[in-house]
Amino acid sequence: MSIETKSLETTKPVQNVSGITVRLCGDSGDGMQLLGTQLTNTSALAGNDIATFPDFPAEIRAPRGTRAGVSGFQVQFASHEVHTPGDTLDALVAMNPAALVTNLADLRKGGLLIVNEDSFDDRDLKLAKLKTCPLEDPSMENYRLVKVAMTRLTKEAVAEFGLGVKEADRCKNFFAMGLVYWLYGRGMDATLRFIHGKFAAGSPVVAKANEKALQAGWSFGETIEALGHSYQVDAAELPAGHYRNMMGNQAMAWGLLAASHRSKKDIFYASYPITPASDILHEMVKFKNYGVMTFQAEDEIAAVCSAIGAAYGGQMAVTTSSGPGIALKGEAMGLAVMLELPLLIINVQRGGPSTGLPTKTEQSDLLQVMFGRNGEAPIPVIAAQSPGDCFNVIQDAWMLATQLMSPVIVLSDGYIANGSEPWAIPDVSRMTPIKVEHPGPKTDDNPFLPYSRNELLARPWAIPGTEGLMHRVGGLEKEDGTGNISYDPDNHQKMTNIRAQKVENAAKLLPPQQVYGPQNGELLVLSWGGTYGACLTAVQRAQRDGRSVSHVHLRYLNPMPSNLGEILSHFDKVLMPELNLGQLRMLVRSKYLVDAIGLNKMKGKPFTVGEVYEKICEHSTISATPAARPQIVKVG
Amino acid sequence: MSTALPVLKSSDFTSDQDIRWCPGCGDYAILAQMKKVLPEIGVPPEKTVFISGIGCSSRFPYYINSYGVHSIHGRAPALATGLRVTRPDLSVWVITGDGDALSIGGNHFIHCLRRNLDVNVILFNNRIYGLTKGQYSPTSFSGQVTKSTPMGAVDHPLNPMMVAVGAEATFIARSVDSNIKHLAYTLKRAAAHKGTSFVEVYQNCNVFNDGAWAYAQDKATRDDTTIELEHGKPMIFGKDRDRGIRLNGLTPEIVDLSTSGVKEDDLLFHDERGDAMHAFLLARMRRPDFPEPIGVFRDIQRETFDEGMRFQAQSAIEKKGRGDLQKLFSGGDTWKVA
Repeated sequence: MSIETKSLETTKPVQNVSGITVRLCGDSGDGMQLLGTQLTNTSALAGNDIATFPDFPAEIRAPRGTRAGVSGFQVQFASHEVHTPGDTLDALVAMNPAALVTNLADLRKGGLLIVNEDSFDDRDLKLAKLKTCPLEDPSMENYRLVKVAMTRLTKEAVAEFGLGVKEADRCKNFFAMGLVYWLYGRGMDATLRFIHGKFAAGSPVVAKANEKALQAGWSFGETIEALGHSYQVDAAELPAGHYRNMMGNQAMAWGLLAASHRSKKDIFYASYPITPASDILHEMVKFKNYGVMTFQAEDEIAAVCSAIGAAYGGQMAVTTSSGPGIALKGEAMGLAVMLELPLLIINVQRGGPSTGLPTKTEQSDLLQVMFGRNGEAPIPVIAAQSPGDCFNVIQDAWMLATQLMSPVIVLSDGYIANGSEPWAIPDVSRMTPIKVEHPGPKTDDNPFLPYSRNELLARPWAIPGTEGLMHRVGGLEKEDGTGNISYDPDNHQKMTNIRAQKVENAAKLLPPQQVYGPQNGELLVLSWGGTYGACLTAVQRAQRDGRSVSHVHLRYLNPMPSNLGEILSHFDKVLMPELNLGQLRMLVRSKYLVDAIGLNKMKGKPFTVGEVYEKICEHSTISATPAARPQIVKVG
Repeated sequence: MSTALPVLKSSDFTSDQDIRWCPGCGDYAILAQMKKVLPEIGVPPEKTVFISGIGCSSRFPYYINSYGVHSIHGRAPALATGLRVTRPDLSVWVITGDGDALSIGGNHFIHCLRRNLDVNVILFNNRIYGLTKGQYSPTSFSGQVTKSTPMGAVDHPLNPMMVAVGAEATFIARSVDSNIKHLAYTLKRAAAHKGTSFVEVYQNCNVFNDGAWAYAQDKATRDDTTIELEHGKPMIFGKDRDRGIRLNGLTPEIVDLSTSGVKEDDLLFHDERGDAMHAFLLARMRRPDFPEPIGVFRDIQRETFDEGMRFQAQSAIEKKGRGDLQKLFSGGDTWKVA
């Protein structure tokens, strides 16, 4: 494949800035997610630190031009470390009136507003339920408005290829992309490669037209007077290494491959399609030659049950879902607890209850995964903190599952799943093994005890096919040791205690909790899951103010780290931001008798840094001048 | 040193567990025949796995000395799927009941059949919920008075054979708990078939639904109320083998061979490998209008789900080679920070 790429250099002045937050929005059919993904990849390749927030409706093609159909993609790229997609926008690209009015509030005053003015006709205004054209509103003076006739300019640019009206119109997201690339000094090579790979084989003319639209957008930026200069964001000072851009669901899939590799176990991956978890399945199906068998089951229950069957046979068994599916899997998860088999259950959380907000993020399944089963059915729970972290938590989870002979739940969320960040490519040869053992054929006359225990209280993983170890497992209570059905009262007490203690023993296999910032002080921000970036950034800002605030971010939620109680006791106040009504707070309050303060949001959106920062300020004082504060060492 | 395989005995498959079914339950007969045929099938206990759901029948795995999972209500086919596709070396049996397979587990049951997973599904049909003490089941007859239907069941019963034909099962058979020779033969046929082998067993619950299948069990009546299927043979029944089934258009009808002048060649011939229509027609033959067919309704070959899954895995490796994790991680668009 050879693509002619021109190294385009702007002749206009270039302003150097440390970071940019931009949101691209339009109809859900306008290709905004593609535009955002390309800008993200290109920025990552330029060496920026990045964080993204795709935000789209649950409908595949909501009615065109309506507010409900607006799809957006926000990305922050910077020459410094970033952990969130940014609070307020430096630039907003709006492809139609509905996109403009639903997103304008997030654009900072003086921010750059680029609109496709061709879409601000009577028909589209009406679809967006607007009586007057917002572009004529006096409030536009607050922004640097650049009106671009994108539809017309794109049509003219691709005229030579003889595309139909609709096909030509579809190229306008690449025109917008070209303009954005010019604005931020982005190279077009990676996107040209993408266009070639996606369209060249099936429709070479469309590939050519998209390339042309991209270049036309770039040239437009270079030409028009309204844009006097472009911006430059230098490469970020990331730790030395080899990087790639990584999305959460992809990291989860790749982490499964890594866990499989480390434990020398083939994967049986069973799932039923559900937003926002399906992309893990889409990723896993590519890896049949890595020893991955994927099974799209007839329902959520069949997915988890087939995984249990595979686990009984000795496979690395995985099932993924989101809240509604996890509810359906509940009984089978209890069976896995009773059978004491390793099993990974991934819950990519979304807005609830019921069908809720399928494409929006939330952290409201914590108590569901902690307790949403009949009986005393404890399961270890680990939560990913960022897209790239999914790669790590799933390996931790498999380590726990195999060492404890227990199902393990991994929590992700829609924000992490679809978000992306730079990811340091690991050296596979340096990955440590996860030891998995199956007892061999019986050589003596002693009875085989399927429910005998090792020092962690794990039972042996004896698999079918092994001579002499025939045994039956099931959901009925078992006699300690033999695993035979038992209704004995003392035995039930004993087995209940064993199952609880076994999960507690996970803490012995996990690192102690680290604190970001001083080990004691006025306020501790205690967070978990996908709020990591916003909480960390807010804490850093408050620390720079001279506030006495530290940050603990929990990855291990059940059991909690053994030193957490000690850490909590060293702070006057504990603030717990959560995208729920206080679920972890309830657990922490009951376990540690700490009067934790909640910051709770249920809008289907992640926290902004500002929201957390404001709450920190409310509960802390400035105790040191910023200059006098000791250097804060980042740990963990 | 002899290389001959050890000869398996029924006792090799007898577990050390006390059997907890009610005395007189039809399940005992099925267990006995299973233990009789397992050694003849020749798969050793360690390569045999029994998976069940919930209900009286689902206690079955405890009583066989093999590997086994007594899972949750209705889900045995799903567990069997995960095990079978990943462990081609095992022989997997699913033990289920009318409530387990047709009510709470209906979804898994039909999907197992249509996928043609290579397992043997034995459905103990007693037309009642036994373990929960006597509520009506999806196969209870319309109007049946039970603990939960004091005025009689309103539901129209589900015909498991028609479900199996509808799901395009590749092996469909019916037997009766007390007809031990026929049962043993049917279980062996099920084991020999590659793909999902579905066997409905008329099983008596002597506590909550005694006599539900009396017509098919009683030696005095069964020749008149059932018709034993023989591949390639005309469909003849009756104590004196004087009645037969003839096809009138698409509708079967009973003809009297001694009086009507109809010859055996004019009768419907049973064909296990025939069109699904034939199996469907047999499934529709119910009392009191027809004798109920006993035996193998259908036995055809189609690729099994587990074969298909393994074939894809193999061809992926043949095409792309065994996956290299480092190549995957480092491939595509990447950048270096010095």
